[in-house]
Amino acid sequence: MTTETQTLRDWLLSETPTSRRHARLAAFYKGWLTLRANHMAMIGLAIIALLLGTALFAPWLAPHDPFVQDLAFRLQPLGTEGHVLGTDSLGRDILSRMIYGSRITLYIVALVVMIAPIAGLLVGTIAGYAGGWTDIVLMRITDIFLAFPRLILALAFVAALGAGIENAVLAIALTAWPPYARMARAETLTIRSSDYISAIRLQGAGPMRIITKHIWPLCISSLIVRVTLDMAGIILAAAGLGFLGLGAQPPSPEWGAMISEGRRFILDYWWIATMPGLAIFTVSLAFNLLGDGLRDVLDPKDSSS
Amino acid sequence: MSDAISIQNLNVWFGEHNDLFQAVKNASLTVAKGASFGLVGESGSGKSTILRALTGLAPQWEGSMSINGTDLTEKRNKQFYKTVQMVFQDPYASLHPRQSVDQVLSETLTLHGFRDIDDRVNKLLLDVGLGPAFRFRYPHQLSGGQRQRIAIARALAAEPKILLLDEPTSALDVSVQAEILNLLCDLRAEHGLTYLMVSHDLAVVAHMCERAAVMQNGEIVEIIEVADMRAGRTQHDYTAQLLHASANRVT
Amino acid sequence: MTTLLDVENLWVRFPSRTGVFDAVRGISFSLGRERLGIVGESGSGKSLTGRAILRLIHKPGIVEADHIKLHGDNLLAKSEREMRAVRGEKISMVMQDPKFSLNPVMRVGDQIIEAYRLHAKASKAEAYRKSVEMLEAVSIRDADRVMKAYPHEMSGGMGQRIMIAMMLIPNPEILIADEPTSALDVSVQGQVLSIMDKLVKERGMGLIFISHDLNLVSQFCDRVLIMYAGRIVEVCDAAKLHEAKHPYTRGLLGSLPRFDEPRDRLQVLTRDPAWREAPSVEGRL
Repeated sequence: MTTETQTLRDWLLSETPTSRRHARLAAFYKGWLTLRANHMAMIGLAIIALLLGTALFAPWLAPHDPFVQDLAFRLQPLGTEGHVLGTDSLGRDILSRMIYGSRITLYIVALVVMIAPIAGLLVGTIAGYAGGWTDIVLMRITDIFLAFPRLILALAFVAALGAGIENAVLAIALTAWPPYARMARAETLTIRSSDYISAIRLQGAGPMRIITKHIWPLCISSLIVRVTLDMAGIILAAAGLGFLGLGAQPPSPEWGAMISEGRRFILDYWWIATMPGLAIFTVSLAFNLLGDGLRDVLDPKDSSS
Repeated sequence: MSDAISIQNLNVWFGEHNDLFQAVKNASLTVAKGASFGLVGESGSGKSTILRALTGLAPQWEGSMSINGTDLTEKRNKQFYKTVQMVFQDPYASLHPRQSVDQVLSETLTLHGFRDIDDRVNKLLLDVGLGPAFRFRYPHQLSGGQRQRIAIARALAAEPKILLLDEPTSALDVSVQAEILNLLCDLRAEHGLTYLMVSHDLAVVAHMCERAAVMQNGEIVEIIEVADMRAGRTQHDYTAQLLHASANRVT
Repeated sequence: MTTLLDVENLWVRFPSRTGVFDAVRGISFSLGRERLGIVGESGSGKSLTGRAILRLIHKPGIVEADHIKLHGDNLLAKSEREMRAVRGEKISMVMQDPKFSLNPVMRVGDQIIEAYRLHAKASKAEAYRKSVEMLEAVSIRDADRVMKAYPHEMSGGMGQRIMIAMMLIPNPEILIADEPTSALDVSVQGQVLSIMDKLVKERGMGLIFISHDLNLVSQFCDRVLIMYAGRIVEVCDAAKLHEAKHPYTRGLLGSLPRFDEPRDRLQVLTRDPAWREAPSVEGRL
């Protein structure tokens, strides 16, 4: 086959890659094809892409300033002219607030993802690979964190550090890492005893290299899947803290805080709490769908297919 | 001249405290430089454990082991890994599922301090009869025989003098087994290697080795010349039994 | 000889991204009250053939055939519910590794009793008595102890005998054994084979013995089908396997290290692309 007649697709699906970059791209493309075949995952991905777009272009998309109050126009119903999703108790446009709120949601998600899984991965793989006392000490610490009810621990943290979105994120991250550590440890235990780890040990590789270069790549895929599945929980926890008044502070348009504000009028003006609730529901569902799809792509057990 | 491998009164244990299990009992054997020595026995007889004890993968041992006259201590050093390498039984389990052939070989070469990695990777691939076209493939794109060739290339990367072969063909089809055994014979002649080979298949050991130790329940019951084995001149009943069971199979 | 099973033009296909992969390509054979060996290398389609007879091919795999007739009764026309009655009752299967076939958290005895009571309406005591009888039939001496044991306490040979005992409880007419001894040591292999041999002969069963091991098959079976790339390339009497004519069979035999005649190099099989394309040989009686 000559290069002229080869299409990009053929090049990517080639069984005989010719360079490191080619091999990596080909593996990536095959994963993408598997993911693309999963319609539900693609719906999830589309919603998340939409969320990203909304957050990025919020100033252009939002019809109103999310903070401007107009008491003459408070508690307008759905479909009011100029306010498609109505207005809240201070006359702020709900749609605009939700659009700006997507930024906060993404911000929370990004921060938690940067802290919890990485902490869990570190603790879990070190404990699993080292074994012995290191394992016992690290795992008991993990157990202590696991034993606390999640929201209570987060509440205690926020109470100690003060309310605010960063502290809420920190609190959520601190309560979210132990399950990742447990998972990473369990995987490390099976990987540790495999022949390919023995083989690299026989080349004189040290524990640091084995953990970072040989164990992490296998743990990370299941971790990514788990994170996307947990994302819904993280968003809900952040919303929960916001709802309790311990997360984002008014007038911030965080979705949980918006529900909290709408709660007072829930019987007469149901849409004020419902619209941000629907947004939380949709985004959580999207992450769940994507996570399910990624599990099929990333599961190392059937990388043969 | 000192022997390539010398093992005296080796005992190996697995597990801890209450369920301590002695896998190898008082085993002694020597392998001369350039020789090929077989370890035969049924599953659980402790034959693979001897290889693992040599490489330091089975850390609970007692007795003395030496390589080229140097006694082995609790820790293996870089020099040991440059001299002794191992090929594992199952090529489906001995390659990292997420690493391409290139990554496996390059990393191994880097660990052994080589600089001219590109040239060496290509040379290793040629040595094991694959060629550079295989360099950027992942394990799932390779057949069982090709994987085992990569595993052999990885073992050869350090330019070792001693290869420990743990049932290198038992997971492969007979036609592929023939190719791998031929390759191992060629490599031994080419690089002047010493082999210590574990197998449950007497015919394979007879083909590859000059001498063999027969193991049963962790003990070496007999060390026998392959010529004697072929002629049926055995000292121990168990060896005779094994021979009988395998000979029954060969018409 | 009466024909128990007749397979006509069997295909097993796996659709994939790059097109349909045909793992078994139009083979026809029949089985009487005999020991029929199917040999070939991995990927030759021999195991899939065994599973396809019982329609145990996992999705997205597809089984197609003109017919798979058991006593003239087409298995392909049966519903999934009717197939369940055929599996075990009429045709049983023994797999390679007993470790994966027995439930690790149930006592061996309970598993055999359950298997028995699924097929025959019997009281617990009756089922227990029958189970002990079955274990004794596969040469397990202290059957009462084995009944109380868990699978992990059994050796490989013992586990495989238990599996055979379980498969034989409903008194099937055909036993499909897929590499039943390859996970076992040589000395144990002999015992397991002689037990299977005895049972097959005594009960007049048909046996399909799937294996990669030519020597084993030539000793143990009556007739052998040699498969290559999803087709049957040669059919011969087991005793005359060593006089086989097809270059593939000859190549496989030649690539084995021989205990009795040492040689410097083993013969390597060179595959002729024409073998793939040659039409499948019919494996009928």
